[in-house]
Amino acid sequence: MSVVTLTINDELASANSGQSLLEVIREHGIYIPTLCHMDGLSERGGCRMCLVEVQGMRTLQAACVTEVAEGMVVTTHSERLRKYRRMTLELIFAERNHVCAVCVMNGHCELQAVAAIEGMDHVRFDYLHPDLSMDISHPRFGLDHNRCILCTRCVRVCDEVEGAHTKDVMGRGINCRIVNDLNQAWGSSQSCTSCGKCVQVCPTGALFHKGVSVAEMVKRHDFLSWITLGREKNEWNYTGQPPYYATERRKE
Amino acid sequence: MNRSDLQTLGERELAKQQSTGCRLLCCGSTPCLSSGGTAVQEVFKGILKENKDLKAELAVVSTGCMGPCSRGPLVRVQRQGEPDVIYEKVTPELAQEIFKKHVSGEDTNQAEANILPGDIPFFSKQKKVVLANSGLIDPERLEDYVAQGGYMALANALREMTPEEVCSEIIDSGLRGRGGAGYPSGLKWNLVRRAKTDKKYVVANGDEGDPGAYMDRTLMESDPHRVLEGMAIAGYAVGAEQGFIYVRGEYPIAAKRLEKAIRMAERRGLLGSRVMDTAFNFRIDIRIGAGAFVCGEETALMASIMGRRGQPIPRPPYPAQSGLWGYPTLINNVETFGSIAPIINNGAEWFAGIGTAKSRGTKIFALAGQVENTGLIEVPMGISLREIVFDIGGGVPNGHTFKAAQTGGPSGGCIPADYLDTPVDYDSLRELGSIMGSGGLVVMDDTTSMPDVAKYFMEFCMDESCGKCVPCRVGTVQLYRILERVTAGIATRNDLTIMEELCTMMQETSLCGLGQSAPNPLLSTLRYFRHEYEALIKDDLPLTSDRFALATSSVLPRQEVS
Repeated sequence: MSVVTLTINDELASANSGQSLLEVIREHGIYIPTLCHMDGLSERGGCRMCLVEVQGMRTLQAACVTEVAEGMVVTTHSERLRKYRRMTLELIFAERNHVCAVCVMNGHCELQAVAAIEGMDHVRFDYLHPDLSMDISHPRFGLDHNRCILCTRCVRVCDEVEGAHTKDVMGRGINCRIVNDLNQAWGSSQSCTSCGKCVQVCPTGALFHKGVSVAEMVKRHDFLSWITLGREKNEWNYTGQPPYYATERRKE
Repeated sequence: MNRSDLQTLGERELAKQQSTGCRLLCCGSTPCLSSGGTAVQEVFKGILKENKDLKAELAVVSTGCMGPCSRGPLVRVQRQGEPDVIYEKVTPELAQEIFKKHVSGEDTNQAEANILPGDIPFFSKQKKVVLANSGLIDPERLEDYVAQGGYMALANALREMTPEEVCSEIIDSGLRGRGGAGYPSGLKWNLVRRAKTDKKYVVANGDEGDPGAYMDRTLMESDPHRVLEGMAIAGYAVGAEQGFIYVRGEYPIAAKRLEKAIRMAERRGLLGSRVMDTAFNFRIDIRIGAGAFVCGEETALMASIMGRRGQPIPRPPYPAQSGLWGYPTLINNVETFGSIAPIINNGAEWFAGIGTAKSRGTKIFALAGQVENTGLIEVPMGISLREIVFDIGGGVPNGHTFKAAQTGGPSGGCIPADYLDTPVDYDSLRELGSIMGSGGLVVMDDTTSMPDVAKYFMEFCMDESCGKCVPCRVGTVQLYRILERVTAGIATRNDLTIMEELCTMMQETSLCGLGQSAPNPLLSTLRYFRHEYEALIKDDLPLTSDRFALATSSVLPRQEVS
């Protein structure tokens, strides 16, 4: 494995070739928001939160899907990027019914945290108020489409880690929905193993444990790396750490 | 079948055609068939059936597209030693008359009024390279294509050229991708050729989706073997043994003809294993799309070929590095593949001699909208828009004046009357805020409202967004809603500001070309026709009930609960 040298925000940084830009940026202690990225899952590049400016590239690059290269010059925070991140968040908040006050994840929500960190304090676009349903047919979990941001973490964890591939996306554009099997009620799904991984990786209150009330749902994203890397690290008991975004603060 | 067999086959077919006294070529392309072409062909075939003795001197051929589609159904009469006569708007009754005049030799002038003169600018200003055979050969017969010199380029490339030479020939020709972005094709071929893997793929992109554009469909319907030959040459040049043609699901005739063409070519040993008795193997399979515009984007198209959800993935890696199932994949538009055989046959210099310095060769356009002659045209690059609209197109009908031409479909923009003399090539159009695109060209007259046009294209993009990235999925909806307010006359100045900001944001942050270019029609109409938007904007508008209803209405259908 060879080492490459790149410049991140005017400071020299080194990285192993093959690493993603996002990984390297975070290793160097720079906070960069993400919503669809999750350690332990394949990258998707869909939320557009981790966009960075790379010198010489025509377009902004999503750090999660960009490989580091020798001599890369990267800017992670600029007026332009901040503005675009805020606008992307505004679009997400306007898309569905993200009403924090009555959400099970209030106070523990990744979307909420990112919006706070990025300073998105109001939405200038029309709230679309889609008429969406909830699926509470599963005995233990619930799916609330109103809170879903289509990050597809649940789809990926179900396919890549659990191997069940119960969840997938149907429809296209604004009509995209997360579905179980072939758009069946979750409770009647034949393939779901009720492992609950999808609930734990969900960044918002879209997937939740039944029986929790407003602000009671806390998710443990780090359990995924414990599942996938615990054996290597000799960690046999899951101790759990507070979620990433709860400890990191934006470093100016 | 080797090269000399091919030559013999071609010569025999040509001799047979020349010995036929009269050939009635009936256009069998979608536009003519939909305007009653089938009935006309039935009449001719019925006559042929009744008069068996005519068989030696009369042939009825169902050909591909002849060009002036709005004047269909078209019939071309080829008589030995006489110039061709083209009839427009042929009805079954007129077909009888045409038969009487040209075959029976009766003195009837009933069909005179429907003769389309062959020297009008619509024909004389065009230069047919890719469409050279279109409208003259039967696309369902391999022999017809071979009689016109078909598969000779493949034979020559296999026999006389190394893959490297083929690639450098394409580089020298200056051919750029005809799908719209205009990346130099030869460079792409070279990238794939240099990749060292045990498998490579060649893909032809026939998922044409721009509203009003049908160049690729026509090429696949009228001359399918040309596309196959181009793909086979590409396969030889880059070292691939498998090709895929991705045909849009809405093009059943194109898919049927391609399938037949592949079968015939395989039977003759022009495709499949040991092509033309050489060590080169090349199979082509067809993949039919399922009605998604985004599948014209190369990474989404590959996902669809592999049986996955048709969604783009971020590039790099480009398909030339890692494409189908992780192998290097060459993706070109079908029109690009259609240009390959002429380049190999006539040489790179000949091709580079057509067009402008940076955009070589010819381009097919689907001329539509408010012009006298709509249809399919092939023109040399660098021709002015004025020549296309007023000479070839015959100008704007009904006494209206030209307002703008829209190129590039939902990814392109509008070009106003002031820029009519701009040469049509990749770079000039980009400077004007539009793009060459795949070749849709919609002419609009002074009755057209530009905000309406922008709204139409935004609605298209909103419906076709795949939903993977946020800016495109939600941004198109937001822009559409603002445009809905603008056209209803209830938008405020603030809406206009937000709209422009959102456009720039989508261009810079969307994942694939669809989202990045979705604001183009809106931005270009804003650039040239801002006054039309301003006229519809109202400041200090009170919050009336309509405005409130529109602002809070949902564009989303309620989800069916299972």
